[in-house]
Amino acid sequence: MKQKRSWVVLAAMCFGFVFLYLPLLMMIIYSFNASRLVTVWDSAHSPTLAWYRELWMNEEILSSAKLSFKIAAMNAVGAVILGTLAAFSLERYTRFRGRTIFSLLTTAPMVLPEVITGLSLLLLFVALQQLFGWPSGRDATTITIAHITFSMAYVVVVVQSRLATVDRALEEAAMDLGARPWKVFFLITLPLIAPAIASGWVLSFILSWDDIVITSFVSGPGSTTLPQLVFSKVRLGVSPDINALATILVACVSVGVMLLGLGMVHRDRRKEREARAVLGLES
Amino acid sequence: MSVIGQRAREVLVGHSPRRQGIGRRVVIGIPYLWLALFFLVPFLIVLKISFSNVQLSMPPVEPILVFAANQVIQLRIHLGNFSFIFDDSLYLAAFINSIKVAGVSTLLALLLGYPMAYGIARTRGAWRNILFLLVVLPFFTSFLLRVYAWIGLLGRSGPLNGFLMQIGVIHQPIQLLQTDFAVYIGMVYSYLPFMILPLYAAIEKQDLTLLEAAADLGCRPVRAFFSVTLPLTKEGIFAGCLLVFIPAVGEYVIPALLGGPDTLMIGRVVWDEFFANRDWPVASALSIILLALLSGLVLLLQRVQAAEKSAS
Repeated sequence: MKQKRSWVVLAAMCFGFVFLYLPLLMMIIYSFNASRLVTVWDSAHSPTLAWYRELWMNEEILSSAKLSFKIAAMNAVGAVILGTLAAFSLERYTRFRGRTIFSLLTTAPMVLPEVITGLSLLLLFVALQQLFGWPSGRDATTITIAHITFSMAYVVVVVQSRLATVDRALEEAAMDLGARPWKVFFLITLPLIAPAIASGWVLSFILSWDDIVITSFVSGPGSTTLPQLVFSKVRLGVSPDINALATILVACVSVGVMLLGLGMVHRDRRKEREARAVLGLES
Repeated sequence: MSVIGQRAREVLVGHSPRRQGIGRRVVIGIPYLWLALFFLVPFLIVLKISFSNVQLSMPPVEPILVFAANQVIQLRIHLGNFSFIFDDSLYLAAFINSIKVAGVSTLLALLLGYPMAYGIARTRGAWRNILFLLVVLPFFTSFLLRVYAWIGLLGRSGPLNGFLMQIGVIHQPIQLLQTDFAVYIGMVYSYLPFMILPLYAAIEKQDLTLLEAAADLGCRPVRAFFSVTLPLTKEGIFAGCLLVFIPAVGEYVIPALLGGPDTLMIGRVVWDEFFANRDWPVASALSIILLALLSGLVLLLQRVQAAEKSAS
């Protein structure tokens, strides 16, 4: 059926995409602006790469970016392991004691306001320190633990929905042939759910890389992550080097998403070719 | 049924629960213990501290359980934090304002997001994937930096004020930043993808022959939309609204960066009580109330959805 799209839909789409992209575009343009005043375009000396150079020279930003990267990577690994185990438990073991509480616990961190998650984890760390002397102060470790706790929930959602589509006959066939359960998991199930685990990894990396509220509660004086540094700078007003930083991040993400899109298109084409070959449509 | 199926499978495949016992216990146990330790226990601590008194020490709270003389354990539950919150109109105003801001933002996001999701779902070919990726892409760029972008845009000498002056709507720069308006913009901007994704999923799977049937029976497109498409995508609307409303209620960053000093939101109040006033008990009590509010809301929505399912 041919459908004429109404002007309401078209107008909303135009407005919506301009709304989504205008701010990003502005940041990119003004990152090449020579003026220190972010909102005034200094046409005599622009475009310039001065802010990028300043960013590169800024030890504070570089070291906090390194810390953020480290935390995000460790968090993603931890969240993927715990999240996959939890998803597997929920999907494959339909009955065990405390399953309802378990499934509630895995999804709750997604809907809980970040302020509450942060506050409660800090109170836990303080109590643990009083009782057992660990953790002695708050640093990258406490931040990573906090991030794993909230980002594993997202991994559970992604992996569990993928597990539900895995044909169990494959696993059962392997077991019939005498494979032990762990072997079945690593040889059959894991390769089948690998794409979901990969997207869970990316998702938890980004959630951690981006987090400011929970981090502020559980970080110590020696561990300032990139979002924390940006937040403290931004609170004092706009600063042009943040525009440069934003431009770099946007560029990285765009390239990543584009590669992902190309990969998807490529995979679809290959699948189509294979299907055609199987059906004998192509010589 | 499924239980019998499970049993039958276990018998047929030859893996009794006992044989799987240890591996199974480890698989369930590790994430379970993690969540219990880092999610459930912290929660109970918040609950405990919400019943404590402030004192000058580290941590700045009085213990609830006190070992008094002659081997007696005293339980000192202090309800003062809750009565303090309910007596002070500031906290009540913060709660009401949070719900108002989150509600209006959700509505605005729905009004903008629905036609966008509709347009994308009805686009054919490669463009649909491109538009879809364009909606998702901002979600992957830093949330903080996207909020920051609006500080520049909305400033007194910013592009938006300049544009409005150029087209003659205003004659001198107006205060856009640090207003509720700026907070609404920030909220809709940040959470729009959360609204569009479930809506897109709901609209995309709709059976288009239903619309053809409606058209064959003489139904005008606009009416067909309101009596066929809209009711069929109700689940997507529910999901989208929930995904926007819930994070918006407890939001801290957006009101802190774009809102004015009088933009009271509960996430910000909890933050200030904790960091500025160092009043851990009141911050905990506020968290408990906020949590009760949100759980009540989620339960209510679940009940409404269940009632509708059984009705249809």
